[in-house]
Amino acid sequence: MAKKRSKKTPTMKTPSPRTSPRTTPGSSATVTKDRDKKTLMKIDELGEAIVKSSLAQRDPHVDIPMRTVSNTKFNKSKRILEMGSNAQRRNLFNLSMAKKFMQTVLLADGCKDLIEAGKTLSLRGMYYKSLHTIEGTNEKTFNDQSESDPVLEDLEVSLGALREELHVYARKAGTIAGNITLIDSGDEIDCRRMGSGGYSIPSICEPNIIQFKKCEAKFVLHVEKNTIWSRFNEDRFWQTHNCILTEGGGQPPRGVRRLLRRLHEELGLPIYCLLDCDPWGHYIYSVIKQGSINLAFESQRMAVPDAKFIGIRAEDYERCELSDDVKITLTDRDITRAKQIAEYPWFVDKKPWQREIKRMLANGFKMEVESLITKDISYVTETYVPQRLEERDFLD
Amino acid sequence: MSTLLAAPTKKPRTTMSKARKPTTSPPSRKTKTRRSKATAQTLAGQQREISVSEFFAKNRHLLGFDNPRKALLTTIKEAVDNAMDACEEGGILPDIFVQVLQLGETRFKVTVRDNGPGIVKQQIEHIFGKLLYGSKFHRLKMSRGQQGIGISAAGMYGLMTTGKPVLIISKPSKKKPAHEMRIKMDTSKNRAEVVSDEVHQEDDKLFPQGTGTQVEIELEGKYLKGRQSIDEYLEQTAIANPHAHITYVTPGNETRTFPRSVDELPDEPKEIKPHPKGIELGTLIQMLERTEAAKVGAFLQNDFCRVGPSKAKEICQTAGMTNMTWVKNVGHREAEALYKAIQEVKLTAPPTDCLVPIGSKALLAGLLKGVKAEFYTASTRPPAVYRGNPFQIEVGLAFGGELPAQETARVIRFANRVPLLYQQAECCSFKAVLDASWKNYELSQPKGSLPLGPLVVMIHMASVWVPFTSESKEAIADYDEIRKEMKLALQECGRKLGTYLRRRKRMQRESERRSIFERYIREVAKSCEKITGADAKKLYEALLRQAERRTAQADQQLDDEGRILNETARLAKDEQVVIVPAQQPDPANNGNEIGESLFENPPKPQRRKTTKRSRKKPRSPRRTAKRK
Repeated sequence: MAKKRSKKTPTMKTPSPRTSPRTTPGSSATVTKDRDKKTLMKIDELGEAIVKSSLAQRDPHVDIPMRTVSNTKFNKSKRILEMGSNAQRRNLFNLSMAKKFMQTVLLADGCKDLIEAGKTLSLRGMYYKSLHTIEGTNEKTFNDQSESDPVLEDLEVSLGALREELHVYARKAGTIAGNITLIDSGDEIDCRRMGSGGYSIPSICEPNIIQFKKCEAKFVLHVEKNTIWSRFNEDRFWQTHNCILTEGGGQPPRGVRRLLRRLHEELGLPIYCLLDCDPWGHYIYSVIKQGSINLAFESQRMAVPDAKFIGIRAEDYERCELSDDVKITLTDRDITRAKQIAEYPWFVDKKPWQREIKRMLANGFKMEVESLITKDISYVTETYVPQRLEERDFLD
Repeated sequence: MSTLLAAPTKKPRTTMSKARKPTTSPPSRKTKTRRSKATAQTLAGQQREISVSEFFAKNRHLLGFDNPRKALLTTIKEAVDNAMDACEEGGILPDIFVQVLQLGETRFKVTVRDNGPGIVKQQIEHIFGKLLYGSKFHRLKMSRGQQGIGISAAGMYGLMTTGKPVLIISKPSKKKPAHEMRIKMDTSKNRAEVVSDEVHQEDDKLFPQGTGTQVEIELEGKYLKGRQSIDEYLEQTAIANPHAHITYVTPGNETRTFPRSVDELPDEPKEIKPHPKGIELGTLIQMLERTEAAKVGAFLQNDFCRVGPSKAKEICQTAGMTNMTWVKNVGHREAEALYKAIQEVKLTAPPTDCLVPIGSKALLAGLLKGVKAEFYTASTRPPAVYRGNPFQIEVGLAFGGELPAQETARVIRFANRVPLLYQQAECCSFKAVLDASWKNYELSQPKGSLPLGPLVVMIHMASVWVPFTSESKEAIADYDEIRKEMKLALQECGRKLGTYLRRRKRMQRESERRSIFERYIREVAKSCEKITGADAKKLYEALLRQAERRTAQADQQLDDEGRILNETARLAKDEQVVIVPAQQPDPANNGNEIGESLFENPPKPQRRKTTKRSRKKPRSPRRTAKRK
């Protein structure tokens, strides 16, 4: 993908207001260059600060904004999550931090390499790039990828640079199909002709990579997982209802969220979510709508504050006359999590949501979207969603 | 003594059962007629004197001959104790030879030879053939033996189990030939029967130094290695008697030597008179009966220590008599008054120059020879008094090295330099070890248990009269005064161990911390060079300097109470502490084999992290370390 992009740079499209998807070639390259320059400067600053304090015999440090609930604030006017100002100082001369400090510097160096070479790597690729045995020991710089991933996130927040700006992308997950034509790295993608599999959403959906060419759809239906997405796709739901179908493989990765945001912002499409009736489904909705706690610093570019929650609703067990078999008893963990979610500031003032969660807890069971299949194979596509959309019956 | 005289335990039991009978089964005619009545006259026919030796022949467990294994050990123990005492009293550095010869499956011949002053012919039969005969009972002087039971009891046990008499060869003078005697004991009369009495010709081989004694006893026994074995007994004897040279020929015909590590004899202990506060009424009455003094004042002054004319007067006045009261006029009532008066009057504590402790230095020498550890400390308490008997406690600790790390600590106990192997849990010293709070000294200690870790605790009690719980001399009785002294000595040693362990921990932590920093700063420097173009080498050196400064600083901050102390110097200056740097076993050192066998399963030598500081220490051999 990276190769393709660099080859075709001259023909690449600009960040694309929907009015004029095509602009002069080369401008996106300039944008990329400018952005890279800025990122490189940030990395350089980080390095300079360490060198300076080292030579001055001071303990070198990196300040890392904290990614915790306590350091996350809900911006009521923007209706998104924002990161607070609390930061954690990472010192070299502290036993518990020394290794992480070294890893942070190592990854900064790795990202600089990537940017200068104009290439991108996945998180795993980045892990391998910085992996080596420390001189004179048999200790490796990283034990496994789970050690390098959070450090890279730390680097993102401390530099104030996005992952894409560091030329790193995450695992790819998520599918799209519907009445839209995209340009991905210069290739035209007609999402109406994607067969049964759909087009897989790339992990970087920035305007310099993805542009919208032509869109007739009136809304976006986002479902939780691939099984239900396939159901909708097979029933040609996007054709009959003139929409776009997306799916995020559970908790949607950044690419999917960025795409949803852009579909909403640039094309003005409303986003409807069809998710499980359980705390995890609720949280997925919250992530799409307000942004996640972990990536609160990116909510600005990812959150869709107008996204709506279609279902599954706790009342659907009675409303749709479902059988007992679909009930999944709530575990203790589910109950604690549900109560936690109910107390999040962005949920606490929403009476319908409080009622919804209360109802689910009163039910004592959760339901997956798939449970609607017990009624009829196509109940969800032919009855459930069209009815909800018609009645405009959703949670906000 | 008192226990011995009151010994026949059967008596109270029979009276008890007689007394109980009426209550359990009410008298009825039938039972009465069936019983044959014993009259006083018929009973008198059965009543006769029981000799002490007869009593012990029946109750041999009281003397430590409970089972074949213990019998073999006790025999050797008694013979070695006597040999050591004899040598020391003769002012000769002990050179002791022990041989255990296996004759049959359960039959052994024990030979113990010393280079002591020898025994004159006339005394041999008494010493070896009579129970409660000896030089040590009627005096208050620190010695291994106390009652004069030991060796004759061993001979008696041998005679009872094998029928063979004891063979004694003794050479009391260089100029005269040695005499060889075979002795049997007549248990009913507590007297020896001389079987043969000859002149032994080839005595030069046995006694190259011109004098000495050899005892040979044949007995039924069982030889096992491990805990509570002859080997362990001799090893521990060597630790507590670094001035002795012991050669031991095992039943397997191996020869093991425990070399001498101190070339000076301990000082000759002084004999003292009893202290008034240490006697009981019965003893006082007995002393009054036996005294040579005619008047009470003279009696108090001559027969006791710490009583001068004024104190004697004070006691007499308090008791309602004068100095000049005739001793023969003192009856039971007066004696009681005298006893009470003694308790009331303030008296100086008994003299303590009669005690000869092993001494911290010799103790450390013994421990170094016998236990392979890395840290040794010893402490000798000032003398103290229990029941009028002066005593002194010494404690030694050995920690680390090749001692088993996962087990509870080992307590090795000594009384007047004699190892105590049995009844550990009954012993005052064991309780004192339990009492000490080892957690304060960086060791873990489960509740009610010995501390855990590679630790050997050695406790020695020196006293003119060691209060044993039984005649077999296995455990020290639990007197508050003794327990307190033991605890204090343990604490003194424990504090030093704690200091050492904290220091060691800190050193490990510090070097660990430094190595972690050293590991990572090279990477940081390299990456920074690539990011900013700064010189990696310069950066690395700057960071390394900082790492060293920071770890050193952190080290000082961790000191107790925030003070910056130089504890290494403090411990190194302490004469009662020896630290052996971790090193490869030195094959020339004889102590190693002792140390290894002292613990049945010596742990494999672990390669300990040599910290920077310990690496700097000169690799001095252990022997020179302890002699400085």
